[in-house]
Amino acid sequence: MRPNLRLALGGAVALALLVVALVSLVWTPEMPFTRVRIPLRLRHPLAAGLLGTDHFGRDVLSLLMRGAFSSLSIAVPAVAIGACIGVAIGCTAAMLRGAFDTIVLRIADVVFAFPAVLSAIMLGAALGSGPAPATIAIAIFNVPVFVRVSRSAALQVLAMDYVAAARAVGRSAAAIGWSEVLPNIAGLLVVQATIQLGLAILAEAGLSYLGIGVRPPDPSWGRMLADSQTFLTQAPHLAIAPGVAIALSVLGLNLLGDGLRDALDPRLRR
Amino acid sequence: MLTRLSLAAALLLALPLSAQAAPKTTLAIGMGVEPTGLDPTIAAPVAIREVTWANLFEGLVKLDSSGRVGPLLAKTWEVSADGLVYTFRLQEGVKFHDGTPMTSADVKFSLDRARAPTSTNAQKQIFAPIDAVETPDASTAVVKLKQPSGNFLYFLSWGDAAIVCQKTAETNRATPVGTGPFRFKSWARGDRVELVRSPDYWGAKPALESVTFRFITDPQAQVAALKAGDIDAFPNIGAPELFADLKTDRRFTAVAGNTEGEIVAGMNNAKKPFDDVRVRRALMQAVDRKALVDGAYSGFGQPIGSHFSPNHPAFVDLTSVLPYDPAKAKALLKEAGYGSGLSITIKSPQMAYASRSAELLSAMLAEVGVELKIVPTEFPAKWIEEVFKAKDYDMTIVAHAEPLDIDIYGREGYYFNYRSEPFRALVAEAARTPDEAARFETYRKAQRLLAEDVPALFLFQLPKLGVWNAKLKGLWESTPIPSNDVTGVSWSE
Repeated sequence: MRPNLRLALGGAVALALLVVALVSLVWTPEMPFTRVRIPLRLRHPLAAGLLGTDHFGRDVLSLLMRGAFSSLSIAVPAVAIGACIGVAIGCTAAMLRGAFDTIVLRIADVVFAFPAVLSAIMLGAALGSGPAPATIAIAIFNVPVFVRVSRSAALQVLAMDYVAAARAVGRSAAAIGWSEVLPNIAGLLVVQATIQLGLAILAEAGLSYLGIGVRPPDPSWGRMLADSQTFLTQAPHLAIAPGVAIALSVLGLNLLGDGLRDALDPRLRR
Repeated sequence: MLTRLSLAAALLLALPLSAQAAPKTTLAIGMGVEPTGLDPTIAAPVAIREVTWANLFEGLVKLDSSGRVGPLLAKTWEVSADGLVYTFRLQEGVKFHDGTPMTSADVKFSLDRARAPTSTNAQKQIFAPIDAVETPDASTAVVKLKQPSGNFLYFLSWGDAAIVCQKTAETNRATPVGTGPFRFKSWARGDRVELVRSPDYWGAKPALESVTFRFITDPQAQVAALKAGDIDAFPNIGAPELFADLKTDRRFTAVAGNTEGEIVAGMNNAKKPFDDVRVRRALMQAVDRKALVDGAYSGFGQPIGSHFSPNHPAFVDLTSVLPYDPAKAKALLKEAGYGSGLSITIKSPQMAYASRSAELLSAMLAEVGVELKIVPTEFPAKWIEEVFKAKDYDMTIVAHAEPLDIDIYGREGYYFNYRSEPFRALVAEAARTPDEAARFETYRKAQRLLAEDVPALFLFQLPKLGVWNAKLKGLWESTPIPSNDVTGVSWSE
């Protein structure tokens, strides 16, 4: 796939996700999105609403739209927190080197060794269920990713002549980090953040699937998927709708990340 | 030569035919939960009784599928006029599976063991009225009570009152020895318990030669095992929506019966606003029970208006006392001073029936201006800690699985924090009335009182969604007591 096509496709999906999430706050096809209509339960797509109804007769499209907001409201802060902490630690490690660097890397390795969902479950067990523990759990799993990416990128930047020049004129380490390192690794971080956002959406769905993410009545794609399991033979659309939403979002954000990397990386620029 | 060949051919053809003609004598029963042990007299889990009760262990009396008490190890009995002395005449020739004859000494041992201070029997209170057990001869047991106990015979039909052998009582947990028509063969932990027909059973021989109980947690795996023929019967399938699907399958008989579990949304009656009966009534009238059953349990499950199992002969349908009426609910809330709204929380355990019901309750209460926030909790550990013991909750939801447990609303310190002297007087009266008709009438009064006072939102009876091979006969449709009684089960071909 051509890079700019990837960028366009990924961007379109990501934009659509954002727009749907924001629109769901003020409008959903069924208002409120939680409205229970038992007589209309388990209707197939188009028989009631565009995407049918669930086991409570709620409109699946409305739940899906609001679910996008739930997903982003956990994934975006989680990645942002993870990125801020990770980049701060990573850049500091790159500038200080020595024992601090080694310890940070080892700790990052340990945290990284646990699969995201596993560490999130452990944290969920420790912190209780709900959106806040889920956000923290996903954020923690994001930290080592950003530590590694920012550290290795910062190391390259720190070897540059203009950094040596800045040092020579007596600028402080913090100033060099802020005005020389960060701007030069920002592109890379944006790319990484985009890909991490996709993974965070997946992790949030996994957590909600296990019942430790978003709380009812707020809908979540993961919980919609979990709820749909035993209805598979009667109402397969209940599994397909959130499944497709999760897959599309993750794919879209990955494409966007790839496209951005190609667009931002000067070596690949034609 | 030719005749020999044709004879052989005929034999070959005939063999499978004759094998098909004889009815099957084995049965594979599926259960969603594995028992923690196999001794019903030392621990509470229902799964223990579902394997052993009536099959492996027997009591002095038994309950039939309609909830009536009948003779079992006791052939006949007499109750003294004051209701204090029960004289049981035991069946002759009863032997435990290890060959030991069962005598009145075993009855005395079993009852004394159950009521001993060190006993871990889950229903110790049913033995509390016993003053002494006497054994005038080997086939007569006399139980003397301190005070009359109206339900004493009924309680003796519970698995907790199984008659066990003195020699083997301590090892019954892993290798149970009883007097029942089936004896223990093996237990592969995490997979199955096998029972085989006891050759020297004292009563009528069951049609089945062996019974295997298999434990499958996942509802979809349960249905897959049924459809593949690995399991012949699932007395209670895990997911109602899958049950609906099986109902249309001709290979199976699918019957929705009742369990003893009342699903109620308990309220903290000592706490504002639940100390005001108008608020409790308003919340009850805001609930459309029929819609709740449809949404939470695919329409299976009988709506209830009080805390009493429809399996019990004294049951009265009281769903019309506080029927669904949102306008009335709003008016009552306004009268109680909550016209501008009310915000409460419900601690909802993870079981599907509970979390789904909580979501529906939240939607229904929203219609009358009550915000019901759902706080998930974990059953049993966390729920017992927070709700049952600490009583740190507004509203909660759980199925009360014990049979005949209406007296919980009269217990001091029970988690509802409900205090009603008239109700306490009624359950106390029922407990000491030996006359069945009078006792049942008292239970009806108690049910009515609860229906009007609504210390908890009475929602529906947890159904028993039984699915079994259409050729099987004799399985219980409802369970007036936790048990998978297979003594009367047979294959039609």
